[in-house]
Amino acid sequence: MNAFLLQYLPIVIFLGIALVIGVAFLVAAAVIAPKAPDPEKLSAYECGFNAFDDARMKFDVRFYLVSILFIVFDLEVALLFPWAVTLTKLPHGDQVVAFATGVLFLADVTLGYIYVWKRGALEWE
Amino acid sequence: MSLQAVAFYLMALVSVVSALLVVSAKNPVHSVLYLITVFFSAAGLFVLMGAEFLAMLLVVVYVGAVAVLFLFVVMMLDVDFVALRQGFARYLPIGGAIGVILLVEMVLVATAVAEHGAAAKYAAPLAAGEISNTEAIGRVLYTDYLYLFEAAGLVLLVAMIGALVLTLRHRPGVKRQNIAAQVGRTPAKGMEIVQIKDGAGIPE
Repeated sequence: MNAFLLQYLPIVIFLGIALVIGVAFLVAAAVIAPKAPDPEKLSAYECGFNAFDDARMKFDVRFYLVSILFIVFDLEVALLFPWAVTLTKLPHGDQVVAFATGVLFLADVTLGYIYVWKRGALEWE
Repeated sequence: MSLQAVAFYLMALVSVVSALLVVSAKNPVHSVLYLITVFFSAAGLFVLMGAEFLAMLLVVVYVGAVAVLFLFVVMMLDVDFVALRQGFARYLPIGGAIGVILLVEMVLVATAVAEHGAAAKYAAPLAAGEISNTEAIGRVLYTDYLYLFEAAGLVLLVAMIGALVLTLRHRPGVKRQNIAAQVGRTPAKGMEIVQIKDGAGIPE
């Protein structure tokens, strides 16, 4: 077991505790809770009357637009993360190149951001 | 067997089994949830190999964003389970052909990696262990591979514009709150004092 992987030991312990708590609640509910199963308890209801429609309806496509914009900016941050870590540690010549590269990348994505904003895609309605 | 090997086999087993469940689960939403399990255990495998930046990227980008996107896509499709199962026999030949081609490609790649190593041509820029994984990537990404990095930025730009062009629809006649107009309204503009004679009523 090397020192690098030992840094992840708290995460493993945390996952173990989460697993124990989750399983404990399930088992406790199965053992302790009173059980009176009835098909009516599981049937769909809509304020007293029978359901009008299937619950599996189409989502608005705007949710998709929001989530794809989120992914784009998520990736932008992910690609800039090593930039923030290494920029000051590079040799000077590389530093200038790396800085210009990162700024150009930011300019690309900011251009897209301005376009998205001006088209009104960030407003819901 | 060392603890590391136990962890490897555990996560490899979890990822293979969940990957099988992704394609065999009847409910597409369950498939997405199994896919998240695959991503998590793959991130664990990356950590075991020492590639912690990639592992965290997998969790942040794939589990955090791509899985949500898949969920939206699954919910957006009008999932009709009966209709989904009807085309199975009809699409079996072409699906099977694609599967066989992919299998052959994967076997070829796997044998090549097993014989020659994954990146035999490219020596590691720095010995592993001296600097962190993130730093090792950062040292080459913005200098040696800057064209690819800028290309990634352009791909992100195209993705943004493409998503907007495909999905953005403005509904006409929507009433929006105009805060500047609200704040700029003065009593003189918003109120009118009318003198009315007795019994005359209010003129329209």
